[in-house]
Amino acid sequence: MSTPMGFGRMHRKEDARFIRGRGSYVDDVNLPGMLYGAILRSPHAHARIVSIDTSAALAHPKVKAVITGETLAGLNLAWMPTLSADTQAVLATDKVRFQGQEVAFVVAEDRYSARDALELIDVEYEALDAVIDARKSLDEGAPIIRDDQEGRADNKIFDWGAGDKDATDAVFAQAEVTVAQDMLYPRVHPAPLETCGAVADFDKVTGKLTVWCPTQAPHAHRTLYALVAGLPEHKIRVISPDIGGGFGGKVGIYPGYVCAIVGSIVTGKPVKWMEDRSENLMSTAFARDYHMRGEVAATRDGRIQAIRVKVLADHGAFNGTAQPTKFPAGFFHVFTGSYDLRAAHCEVTGVYTNKAPGGVAYACSFRITEAVYLVERMIDVLADELGVDAAELRMKNLLRSEQFPYTSPTGWEYDSGDYQKTLQLAMDMAGYDALRREQAEKRERGELMGIGISFFTEAVGAGPRKHMDILGLGMADGAELRVHPTGKAVLRVSCQSQGQGHETTFAQIVGAELGISPDDVEVVHGDTDQTPFGLGTYGSRSTPVSGAATAMVARKVRERARQVAAAMLEASPEDLEWTVDEAGGSWTVAGTGAGKSIQEIALAAHSNLELPEGVEGHLDATCVYNPPNLTYPFGAYICVVDVDPGTGQVKVRRFIAVDDCGVRINPMIVEGQVHGGLADGVGMALMQLMAFDEDGNHLGASFMDYLLPTAMECPSWELGETVTPSPHHPIGAKGVGESATVGSPPAVVNAVLDALRPYGVRHADMPLTPAAVWRAIKGDPIRTDMAIT
Amino acid sequence: MRVSVTVNGQNYVREIEPRLLLVHFLRDELGLTGTHWGCDTSNCGVCVVQLDGVPVKSCTVLAVMADGHEVTTVEGLEKDGELDPVQQGFVQCHGLQCGFCTPGMLMTARWLLDRNPDPDEGEIREAISGQLCRCTGYENIVRSIRWAAEKEASV
Repeated sequence: MSTPMGFGRMHRKEDARFIRGRGSYVDDVNLPGMLYGAILRSPHAHARIVSIDTSAALAHPKVKAVITGETLAGLNLAWMPTLSADTQAVLATDKVRFQGQEVAFVVAEDRYSARDALELIDVEYEALDAVIDARKSLDEGAPIIRDDQEGRADNKIFDWGAGDKDATDAVFAQAEVTVAQDMLYPRVHPAPLETCGAVADFDKVTGKLTVWCPTQAPHAHRTLYALVAGLPEHKIRVISPDIGGGFGGKVGIYPGYVCAIVGSIVTGKPVKWMEDRSENLMSTAFARDYHMRGEVAATRDGRIQAIRVKVLADHGAFNGTAQPTKFPAGFFHVFTGSYDLRAAHCEVTGVYTNKAPGGVAYACSFRITEAVYLVERMIDVLADELGVDAAELRMKNLLRSEQFPYTSPTGWEYDSGDYQKTLQLAMDMAGYDALRREQAEKRERGELMGIGISFFTEAVGAGPRKHMDILGLGMADGAELRVHPTGKAVLRVSCQSQGQGHETTFAQIVGAELGISPDDVEVVHGDTDQTPFGLGTYGSRSTPVSGAATAMVARKVRERARQVAAAMLEASPEDLEWTVDEAGGSWTVAGTGAGKSIQEIALAAHSNLELPEGVEGHLDATCVYNPPNLTYPFGAYICVVDVDPGTGQVKVRRFIAVDDCGVRINPMIVEGQVHGGLADGVGMALMQLMAFDEDGNHLGASFMDYLLPTAMECPSWELGETVTPSPHHPIGAKGVGESATVGSPPAVVNAVLDALRPYGVRHADMPLTPAAVWRAIKGDPIRTDMAIT
Repeated sequence: MRVSVTVNGQNYVREIEPRLLLVHFLRDELGLTGTHWGCDTSNCGVCVVQLDGVPVKSCTVLAVMADGHEVTTVEGLEKDGELDPVQQGFVQCHGLQCGFCTPGMLMTARWLLDRNPDPDEGEIREAISGQLCRCTGYENIVRSIRWAAEKEASV
């Protein structure tokens, strides 16, 4: 297919400021008279608060205020609603429910003094038994974590299911082969390099609150502040500045934001609050923590018939999971993956534990990381059982291109796909057969080499407002486009980049639609006073939703331009043809050379040109895009590892990733997105873990223990692409940002377990650290989520 | 304490607490916010600056230790309106996304090329191994630094 003008490897407009150190991140915001906040946190996982003495802190010469749960209770702000219709303590009043929970907030003249004053607050706790192991949370006699909720007698949050249980059970009852495997997707953390923070500035004179905050969803934050704090929404301005990475960790509202706002209201000064790394890891949204039991039914000759899954979901002490209202387990029920099945069913039980809230974060596309991990591990378990090659088994069961749009057994309607082609390309790039030969030779010599495959189908672009809302806010997104008289344009969108390059790619979409150079299109996002309402950036939804809104608003402008051009050319609008060439876009009278460029039309639209009845002047438009469906990008990943049997050390030697996200607006940026996600996968599979001891002490609360891959752990990624456009998307583009994070962990784990095949290890949980691999080799796998078992 | 520090060629004299970290001195006292702060255990390296021409993690240097010394930050890379080749390389090869690790990466890249004008991939990866990036998967950072090396070799 030809590439429309605007699309292609354009260098990023954002880079100019970032490479000069002139980005503007939240901690760069500096206002006159600004004060600094710091949070006192709980040392206990579960404890009753007996008393809080703030007098010594208040006596500190540089302290301006100390805010406790009691202060907030007076404002009705001690608790706040979560994105899962639960409540979360802003500052603990009755008891603390996880280590690191917010207990008090100090406002002082500088950041060092604020921290000093934390040491002067005296809190008396009465320790309570904690629930740390999710598998024990529903035991008889387990401590009740949420005794703030009336009538609560256990720690269950929800039971939820999808698919047809009876049909699935019937297939299993008659299946020739069944396999089952327990697996944990351990608790990890998105750990963006910039932590969370806020600068709140409440102006008592105008009654206006301005909050700078690295939020991925500024409009949703504004609305929530209005609903929670009772401030009128038009008097709240949320500014999401440059964000140093989000990865889902910056979707929700954290207690620190509310505290900074209250701090500003109380002191009458701007208040900055920046968390440090350990606070970020201990208290902001974790990811995963799904205990899964997968079962597959198949024929003896390797035809997969059904999948059945049970999940125990550890949600921490407050159900703060960020997801559409009707989906308490997110989109986990896309777990049938890329395969043609007769039936499927899943049951998910969510439970409280004495840990931080979260769950949906870290490029998970609403639990699709878990879904893809489950199915791609199960395919390998089945291949192992049947004694067939894992690639061959996949090739045999993948959906075929003529089956799209395909309705899955759990109700998803996949838009488009050409899976065999994509898997074949990955295998060709890897030299799959040669790798298997090399592996066989190495095995003869006692060397451990593994080849892991993951073929995934994503579901991104939430979503149709009929089915999908966040706290009642439908997941449609707005766009506004103004073409100035001189033909330069400004696009205002509701999504919010955290590094994904929206300022560049969205300008490219306008460029493609209007034939205006992307350099002449300014993209504005992140300021709720300036941009149209929308739900923000997460779940790889920007291109599917805001990207579609951008194309549609540009088409509206193009139609207006047609009317104006017709008046300029004294022709009928129906006789005009739109063309885009290297010089730009123009409306031309069919069959003649007469035409007007978009720039000429823009000027005329603002001039004294007489326009027909009903044609407004100027060249601007607004659009709200309610997506008809999600987009379903997919990919085939192959990982090659070498494992040292003496130490358990895993070396990722090669990683081949073929992604198909439909039309690529900017291939350079897509590749960068994939690179980053692949590193996430290597990190999760081999290094990252938020572990706890029995008392609920967080054992992964710094970068000393919570390990992220460096350039040394990452191989040089080998990328390929196929292009299967989304038929329902205005430009055929699908989301892609999270694909690699979703698709890569099972490829790495499958590779390691493939390497360990001589030892008869069928499964071992992530992270496959040297110690974990070494113990698996010795036949002594440990529970990776618990330091003590 | 009174300190006198030269940052990007300009001398600054300030009265500061002995405990003030260099990263906060640069950011809060001098307003040079290109240098970032990403962890509290000296792992992430988003605070890397050059102290007398050597990369240091400025979160692990007291500002008073820079007294009488020269500090170069990302703001000092561009000379007379001309971007440093490492800055150009990161743009050319898409070596950044959110941009948060970029200033530190650039300062290490500059140091590496000053010592070793023709580093191979392994040398580049080792040089930046004290610094985390959460966006790029490092691939394009390696390519960016190679691009800068080749650019400098061609001049």
